[in-house]
Formats: sequence, C-alpha cells, structure tokens
Amino acid sequence: MTAVPTDRPTIDTVERAADSPDITQPWQELGLRPDEYGQLREILGRRPTSAELAMYSVMWSEHCSYKSSKVHLRQFGEQTDEMREHLLVGIGENAGVVDVGDGYAVTFKIESHNHPSYVEPYQGAATGVGGIVRDILAMGARPVAVLDSIRFGPLHAEDTHRVLPGVVAGIGGYGNCLGLPTIGGETVFDESYAGNPLVNALCVGVMRHEQIHLAKASGEGNLVVLYGARTGGDGIGGVSVLASETFSDSGPTKRPSVQVGDPFMEKLLIECTLELFAEGLVTGIQDLGGAGLSCATSELASAGDGGMRVDLDKVPLRDVSLAPEEILMSESQERMMAVVEPADIERFLEVCAKWEVEATVIGEVTAVSDEERARGGRLVIEWRGERIVDVPPRTVAHEGPVYQRPFARPEWQDDLQADSAARLPRPTTGDELAETLLRLAGSANLGDKSWVTDQYDRYVRGNTVLAQPEDAGLLRIDERTGRGVAVATDGNSRFTKLDPFTGAQLALAEACRNVAATGARPLAVTDCLNFGSPEDPDVMWQFAEATRGLAVGCRELGLPITGGNVSFYNQTGDDPILPTPVIGVLGVIDDVRRRVGIGFDRPALTLFLLGETRDELDGSEWAHVVHGHLGGRPPLVDLAAERRLADVLATAAESGLLAAAHDLSEGGVAQALVESCLRHGFGARIELGEDVDPFVALFSESAARAIVAVADEHLADFQDRCTATGVVHQRIGTTTEAGPDATFELVDQFTIPLADLHTAWRSVIPQTLTD
Amino acid sequence: MRIGVVTFPGSLDDVDAQRAAMLAGAEAVALWHGDGDLRAVDAVVLPGGFSYGDYLRCGAIARFAPVMESIIAAAQGGLPVLGICNGFQVLCESHLLPGALVRNDHQKFVCCDQLLRVENTSTLWTSGYSPAEVVTLVIKNGEGGYVADEPTLERLEGEGRVVVRYVDGNPNGSLHDIAGICNERGNVVGLMPHPEHAVDPLTGPTADGLGFFTSVLKAVAA
Repeated sequence: MTAVPTDRPTIDTVERAADSPDITQPWQELGLRPDEYGQLREILGRRPTSAELAMYSVMWSEHCSYKSSKVHLRQFGEQTDEMREHLLVGIGENAGVVDVGDGYAVTFKIESHNHPSYVEPYQGAATGVGGIVRDILAMGARPVAVLDSIRFGPLHAEDTHRVLPGVVAGIGGYGNCLGLPTIGGETVFDESYAGNPLVNALCVGVMRHEQIHLAKASGEGNLVVLYGARTGGDGIGGVSVLASETFSDSGPTKRPSVQVGDPFMEKLLIECTLELFAEGLVTGIQDLGGAGLSCATSELASAGDGGMRVDLDKVPLRDVSLAPEEILMSESQERMMAVVEPADIERFLEVCAKWEVEATVIGEVTAVSDEERARGGRLVIEWRGERIVDVPPRTVAHEGPVYQRPFARPEWQDDLQADSAARLPRPTTGDELAETLLRLAGSANLGDKSWVTDQYDRYVRGNTVLAQPEDAGLLRIDERTGRGVAVATDGNSRFTKLDPFTGAQLALAEACRNVAATGARPLAVTDCLNFGSPEDPDVMWQFAEATRGLAVGCRELGLPITGGNVSFYNQTGDDPILPTPVIGVLGVIDDVRRRVGIGFDRPALTLFLLGETRDELDGSEWAHVVHGHLGGRPPLVDLAAERRLADVLATAAESGLLAAAHDLSEGGVAQALVESCLRHGFGARIELGEDVDPFVALFSESAARAIVAVADEHLADFQDRCTATGVVHQRIGTTTEAGPDATFELVDQFTIPLADLHTAWRSVIPQTLTD
Repeated sequence: MRIGVVTFPGSLDDVDAQRAAMLAGAEAVALWHGDGDLRAVDAVVLPGGFSYGDYLRCGAIARFAPVMESIIAAAQGGLPVLGICNGFQVLCESHLLPGALVRNDHQKFVCCDQLLRVENTSTLWTSGYSPAEVVTLVIKNGEGGYVADEPTLERLEGEGRVVVRYVDGNPNGSLHDIAGICNERGNVVGLMPHPEHAVDPLTGPTADGLGFFTSVLKAVAA
C-alpha cells in the first residue's frame, strides 16, 4: 500500500478490513502458511486487520499453538485414577498444581528459552527464568525455587566460552536478584548443541489449596488491569515486517528480538501480586510472556464466562512510537494482567502503589451472547477510538491449526542400533580401570559443576535442605511440620537418539530415582521437549516416539504430567540437536529432617548396590568420553523395578536407615562412588566379588539402580526391607577414613588417592573456561 | 527484646533475618523502607538483597530511604545495627562505616560456604564468640570486595575494628581479607557473609551464625 504522508498512519480498522478484502497482506512474512491465512479469513468472514493478523500469526506460531505437537501431547491427558489422585490443576493452565498434603498445593513447570539464549546468552537465559517464574506466580503461588537444565556444545569449543558464561551469569543475575534459590538442574555438553544451546528453566511455587488462581475473564463489568513494567519494543522482531509494510517507511523500525529483563521489577511484581492475592482482589490472572498482550487477552477472554474489550491507548508505553500491532505483540518482561471487580479496584491500585508498581485499567469484561460464545467468545480491541480487533478469542488462543506432521523411522536408525559399543576395546587391568575412572571423573559431563552452580544463590529464604550437587533439590515448605518437596530434572539425549521411546522413559525414571534417593515420593511430572524441526520426518518420529514413551511411562509409574513445553527447530542448518526430552519430577517428603544426601559422612558404613547390573554400555559416558562413540541400544527400562526401588529408598529414609543414597546414571557405579566420596572427603573400599566383570560393574549404566550407605545398627532392618520389596541388593564394600590419606580402593584392582580424584574432578570446568 | 528487620524494595534475606532473630529468642519486627518509625526496636538488621535493584551502585539509593534517616540517627546514639551483605553496602554508603564494597575480583557472583575468623568479640553483635573463633558462614555476592584507603585500613586494624576476616582463601579480593568491620563504638557492624543463613544445620552449612543474634540479645538485656 502507499505511504501516508502524516505521522499518524491510517488505522486498519475492522470496518476498513471488511471494505477492502483484496488488500495484499504480509501473512507469509509473519510465518503463516497459505491455508492458515485462508482459515483465518474464514473464521472472521473477512480479511483480518493488520492488528488481527499480528495476533493470529504469533498465536498460531509453533511456539504458542503447539500445532505440530498437539496431536502427540494429547496422550498426556489420558490419565488413570492413580495419576489423578493428587492432581488439582492439569495441563492447559499456566502450570499444573498438585496436592502435597496438609492443605498445601505445589505448582511447577519447566520451559525452554533456547533460541534467545544463543542470540544473547545473558538476557536470553535471564528472561527464561523470569518467564517461568511469572507462570508460577499466575497460579496464585509464591515462587520458592528454580532449577536450570542447560546444554552447550563441547566444553573446549570457542563458542561455548561465549555462550556458557553468559547463560550462567544471566540465570544467576535474574534468579539471585529475585530472591529465589536455585536448587538443582543439569549442565551437559555435547557437540550437537554447539550452534543451539538449550536453556530449560523450572520453577516451583507453593500455596494453600484455596489460593489457586486461574486465567479467566469472568463477570460482566469487571475491570482488566495491566500492571508491572511498561510496554516497550523488545521481543517483537517478527512484527516489524508487518509494521513496515503496512505503515509508512518512516514508521517503526526493526526492533531487537530478544527481550531485556529487570529482575528488580519482577521481585516487586511477585510481592505485589502475592499481596493482591492475599487480600482477595483478583478474580482472574495471566502473566504476559510469549506473544504478550495478544496471548494474555485472548487466553483470558476465551476462558471464563465473559468477553473482553480493551482500549489499547491506555497501555503505558516505554516508547510512544509503537504501532498497535507492536503493542499487541511486544514481549516486554515483568508484566501481568488481572481481572478485578470494580469494588476492589481502588484497593488494587493502592497495593500496586505501595510496591511502586504501575497499574492501569485498560479494559473490561463484557457480556457474550450465546451466538458469540458458540463462535469462540468475543474480544474487541480499540485504538484511537477505532475498532482494530474483533475476534472470537478461542480461535486465537486454542483453535489454531493442528498438523499431523509426517513421521517415519529414520533410515539410519537400524544401522545406529546395530553399531553397539560391545566392539570397543575395554580396559582390563587394574591400572587401565583406574585410568578410565579418573578420565571419566575429569570429563566435562561428569566433572564438578560448581563453577556453574556457585554463581547461583541456593540459600535465600532459608528453606533449602538439599541443593546441587545432591541428586535432587529439597525444600522445606512448612517450618512447623517439616513437610517438603523434592525436585529433579534429567535428560539423556544420547539414549534418546538410540531409541527415543526408551530414552524418554529413562529420563523419566532417572528423575524419579533422583527424587526418591533424597527420601521423597515422586508425585508429578513436567517435561521440556527439545527437538529439531518438526518438518523433518526423522525428527518428528523421534518426537512421536519420545512422547509415546513418556505417556506410557507416566501411566506405569502412576504420575501425571502437569504441564511443560515443546521447543522445536533446535538445529544448526539441517542438523538437528540430539533429541532432548528433559523431565522434571516433583516429589513430597513428610519431614525434611529425614532427607538423605549423596555424601558418605563417616567411615565404616556398609555400601549396597541396589538393582541389577547388566552389560549396558551403548550410549554410555564411557563410550562417549573414551571412544567418541554413539551407537547400539540404550539400557533396558523396567518401570516396575524403578517403583520398587523408589519405594525402598523412601521407606528406608523415613525410618532413618540410610546414611547416604545416590542414584546411578551417567558413569555408573564408578562415578556415583566418586561423587559420594568427594562430597565429604571419605574414602571407600569396594569388593565386587569373584565372578564379576569389574569393568561392567563400574561403568555400565543400567537403570533402576542406586547406591546406599547403611550404618551397622540398621543393616538387618534395611536388608529385610529390600527382600520384602523385591529389590536386589548386594554388599559392595564399606566407607573408609577421610583426610589426606583417603583412598578409593577396588580390591585386587587399584587404589587411587582421593586427592587425585578430587583434582581431576574439580578442575576440568574452571580450567577449561579460564584458559 | 525486639529486633527490627528492614525491607527495602528488592530486599531478599529479610525473612531469613527475621527467622534468625526469632531462633535467637527475640521478637522480629518488620520495618518498611518508606516509614521512618523504628517501632521501638532494640536493634536493627539491614538484610541482604538488591535494594532498589542496586542499579546505581549497591546500597546507594537505599541510604536515602526514610527509614535510614531514623536508623542513622539512632545508630549514632548507640542503637545496635547489623548490616549483612547489601546491608553492609548500605551502611558504607550511609557513612556509618568506612570504606566501600566493589565488584568481586573474579568478576562473578559467588555463593559458597566460607571459613571466617572472628577477630573482634567486643562488639554488640559478636560478644558471644570466643576470641579468634573460626566459623563457617555462607557468602553470596557479586560485589563483596572490601576496599578503603590505606590510612583507613591502618586505623581499622589498629583499633581492632576488623570484626571478621576470611581464612583459607579470599573469595572476592577484599583488602586485608576483611569480611566485616564495625564503627568506633562497636554498635554498628557490617559484614558480607550471611550469619542469618547459618542458624540451623538443616538449611545452612552450620549454626555458627546464630551467635550474632544471641550476642545482641545479651548485650541489650545487660
């Protein structure tokens, strides 16, 4: 269209859209497909206005609409009674909520911020934390902890030295300033993430049952309030296409696509919002994250019993030159939208003023006729007195396109599975075994991560009972009773590449095991599914298999998936990342004083290996570190055995039988023992028995296993419980003295000074990153 | 015995300081930054956090809060005041304590358990410790490097006003390994480590920090 020679461009109103059906619109540049644009015109019965086009294009994007994943995610909704037992709010809200007893409810969710973290590591990671914290807050809960699961290219790669320090500083800078302890997560290195790091952040929130809030606009005449930071031009990269095509060339310019965070503002927003909840001033609430006002208005208006009318001129702006389309799509951080009864608005604004949080009434809840409701409700947005949006909000938020993307087992999958690590040369002598153990302990993925985690505050609020490097983070939620929750995140992308169905289940099983090792009982699951392009049938097969594995696994374990996030298009050129489902598991513990740590804290404890060890080294850390090999089949999954193991760990912890417990995963028994010894500096003397292959015993990554340390007085009781539950348990040695002469000894094979192990384990990350 | 804990916008460890006060046997009283009324408290804690986002300079805006006017006047009159981390920065910005805190020498935020030696056990906040007692407290800061000019350092050392010192490694480049100092009278103490995070071995590295709170309780009761 032609440029308008004034500084006030023509407003593309609903009336104008109806009168000018043939105007060419930049739907393609906004990422819509021809049939999607057609679908949109059909819904509206006319062409969309430019503001409507902006809203639909962003809400129908893969990121917001889950159009490629939806058909697979539906499986997560098929729940058994056991899975529903503790579920208060399921998938579909900002985050799921589970009952953890004594009237407490816990909400938790994991979300990705991968692409922004590559473009701008500090702000990308920081706003990833900020976004998930607001999701939790919007449920009515006080956010109480964060976990971060981060993945990078090889530790020694140059770009990792740009991305990793920025991501870690961003997570720390935001989370520390918010006053949320970071209590766990993972740091993983693999070549496939070199051009596409993964930043997955999980937040946990706690509330009383009656404090649960939902995202809905109800009650005709209720007011719609936008509060928090002002709206600026950040995070709207895409929409500038529209703005510059629809408006004069001298209009809005290209904007940065990564948002900028202000954790101080978010801290005020948290305290202010919790005070608003406590005073009962909120009838519906939604945070503003991806797709900003487009998402918040359409989601609020499509839930509840009312429609919504919004006056966009009222939105407080940081940049007054923003076009209405940009205001609708801006992803400026630290904003919330609440629905408030007129009688409460004065007090609402007072509370906001106390916290110096700007709050503005920008609209109201409107009545919706039956006919409108059938179409999907009604959302009207006005700008300069003109109607620029008039849509059924359900079609924006929930009725976008759904795709059955073609998928097929990759041609290379059989060859990959046939290429077992069994053909690789294995260490045989004691010296070779010792050298392998040291090499693994000093490798990037198994080495000490405190260079990363010491940049995160784990103590703030005074309820952190366990944090990294423990198996799971454990938080006290009631100081009087000691009730608490444990959370762990896990993923093993190499196993998932070898077999996505099994790999996803192994991640689920490992996260459960980590939670159980602290003494907590697993209760619910959140997932962050990081994959390549859904348009690649190989990738889509990995995704389909992984989700199927997860759905089946959750049913067998009796755990509901309460929410999560899908991140597609994680690839460099045509090369996708390893398929990476990251699974977060939440557990509950009746009394945190009964928690169990991973560290050996005294000599003469008896060590037991729980579970069965098989010759399972395909996809293992050993194959990766020593041979750079990935092939074969991942370890067997036995979820019934996982349940029995979790049961023994939790009941033994409750009875105070365990001095230490550590889940077995990457690096097998060897790495678990190294970590448990180094935690408090005590040694170990390990005897594997005559007919055992020491290499397999040390480095196999068979699932459903743990190591526990038991004091003499509890030996009989503990073994009885294992027998009664049907958990295979084998004595493998004892803990030995701490001090400068402490050693890690494998009888008849080798003795390594703990100090040497400590040096190898401790120095790999700091040395590489400071070189 | 009432211990006031100030909440500035961006204060984070205020709940921890209140809990520590209560565990020591005191009544914890919340003080709001915008209110100059000290509510008849017997002592004040300025807790850790990022007051006003620390955007200008750590503690630089907080010192102008209405509550600080009252605290500065009361401290000059002998009220026990403890500044922890951001609170220490506020005390320096307020000139109740000399010197300043600058960015850690390694340029990173650091959170870890840290060994310290209590160098001065005659302040109102440290009288319960034995001379040269070594304790483990949490440190967590990005700007914890203590700096002062040479005459100030000489005076602090000469007058025994270094209250706690880092041992077994200096985590942030503080001059003279200084972790905390006091004013001449010994009623105002500021330190970067967090005694309020070490009041219960369940949730902290030790209970070594409780001594700060029990000391002041005893001093006020005396």
